[in-house]
Amino acid sequence: MDLASVIHPLLALTLAPLMLGVINRVKACVAGRSGPSVFQTYRDLRKLLAKGAVYSKTTTWVFRAAPPVTLAAILVTVLLLPLGSTAALVAFPGDLVLLAYLLGLARFFIVIGALDTGSSFEGMGASREVQFSALAEPVLLLALAALARETGSASLSEIYAGITATVWAQAGASLAMVIAALLAVFLAENARIPVDDPNTHLELTMIHEVMVLDNSGPDLAFIVYGASVKLWVLGSLLVGLMTPVRSEHVWLDTPVFLLGMFILAVLTGIIESTMARLRLLRVPQMLVGGGALAVFALVLVLR
Amino acid sequence: MAAWTDLLLILIALTNLAMTGLSSLGTCIRVMAIQGVMLGFVTIGVRHDAVSAHILILVVGVIVIKGLVFPRLLLRGVREANVRREVEPFIGFTMSLLIGTLGLPAAIWLGSRLPAIDPTVSPLVVPVAFHAILIGLFLIVSRKKAVTQVLGYLGLENGIYIFGIALVKEATILIDLGVLLDIFVAVFVMGIAIFHISREFDHIDTDRLSTLKE
Repeated sequence: MDLASVIHPLLALTLAPLMLGVINRVKACVAGRSGPSVFQTYRDLRKLLAKGAVYSKTTTWVFRAAPPVTLAAILVTVLLLPLGSTAALVAFPGDLVLLAYLLGLARFFIVIGALDTGSSFEGMGASREVQFSALAEPVLLLALAALARETGSASLSEIYAGITATVWAQAGASLAMVIAALLAVFLAENARIPVDDPNTHLELTMIHEVMVLDNSGPDLAFIVYGASVKLWVLGSLLVGLMTPVRSEHVWLDTPVFLLGMFILAVLTGIIESTMARLRLLRVPQMLVGGGALAVFALVLVLR
Repeated sequence: MAAWTDLLLILIALTNLAMTGLSSLGTCIRVMAIQGVMLGFVTIGVRHDAVSAHILILVVGVIVIKGLVFPRLLLRGVREANVRREVEPFIGFTMSLLIGTLGLPAAIWLGSRLPAIDPTVSPLVVPVAFHAILIGLFLIVSRKKAVTQVLGYLGLENGIYIFGIALVKEATILIDLGVLLDIFVAVFVMGIAIFHISREFDHIDTDRLSTLKE
């Protein structure tokens, strides 16, 4: 195990809420407001952790178990993520499938936690979350399969170490399509705007936010922190592709990667400011479109 | 040279894919116009070893007619026919997108069954040509409006054109120019026909024409 491998998990765990802050700040700037500080999410988390939790009498242990299990599953995915050419802490052939299913496990627990409250709104949110992620998951796996085929390895660390400027010159079109597909997954899985509005307070239209209406105190803190780490995890898959700097030098790769994450956060903020939410009926179409791009990329690299 | 030809060919395949998933008629027509312009540049890319005055005439002809004249004609047709600006498919957009995506492996398979062509030509040419032909045919049978059928016809012809510039060498310039003229007349006539259908029946749904009686 390389000591440099520890850098990415540490960065992810400390900087993930900052990414949310940057997105919100960009949205505020585009709208002409000054907006909350970029550290607002940290303050929210500290406030929530200091509070006590309130549990409805209709809920069972499932509701209490959901936030910690969700957070744990997402934290484990961080260990699988490489940074530039530095391998991840845990790397083995096929770990990309584990990544997809850890995210699936996190989602499953959040969904059954929401269903356990017996609230009809939360049931609706859960149903939508499951519907959209059932479409997003194949896109993620197809996109990763295209990358695995292109670089000839089945481990995330080797795949991302293999995405160099040479590969971009050879198969740039396929990689660009994979990036577009992953961007669709990134926005859908993290409940960002074309799919779900993180700021909406109308239960009928919310997806992610409506599922956590009954969580409070530390439970809510776990969920918010988990969501921000998930944003980082899927974002780092994108940024790893977009910044093909593989210098074998962790002190050069890391700033480039962080700059990439910052640009991605700004980009997300701009997308959220300039786009309206899609109608719920159109969301599957967007995800299928992403899937079509991923299949195209896969077919082109298989050819 | 080869890299950007490949990129253009992939972009052409993507515009075809977009045609299966887009719902607004105006956007569809504009996507087809972009495809026409890219088609012109692909001609140079595929024939870069022998760029002659003939080829340049062809390129300019393709770009002007497919990128400017056709979209104007069709947009005017849609505007004057005063119909709803949506595509109205028989097969839903999501299903169409899936079919369009599966068209690419099918096209690659079809291409691999053909005898090998000139190795200097990009290996993507034949699959992209077949993909355009398949999607063109699919658009013709799966959409209600007469305008979208014209677009499908154009996509089909673009596929045949890509095939032509890659496979047949010298003699094709004249043939291609002739075909371009034919297509021009065809789209012109179809534009007028769309206008007349809409004036007579207040719509341009071709499926409702089949119930006409003498």
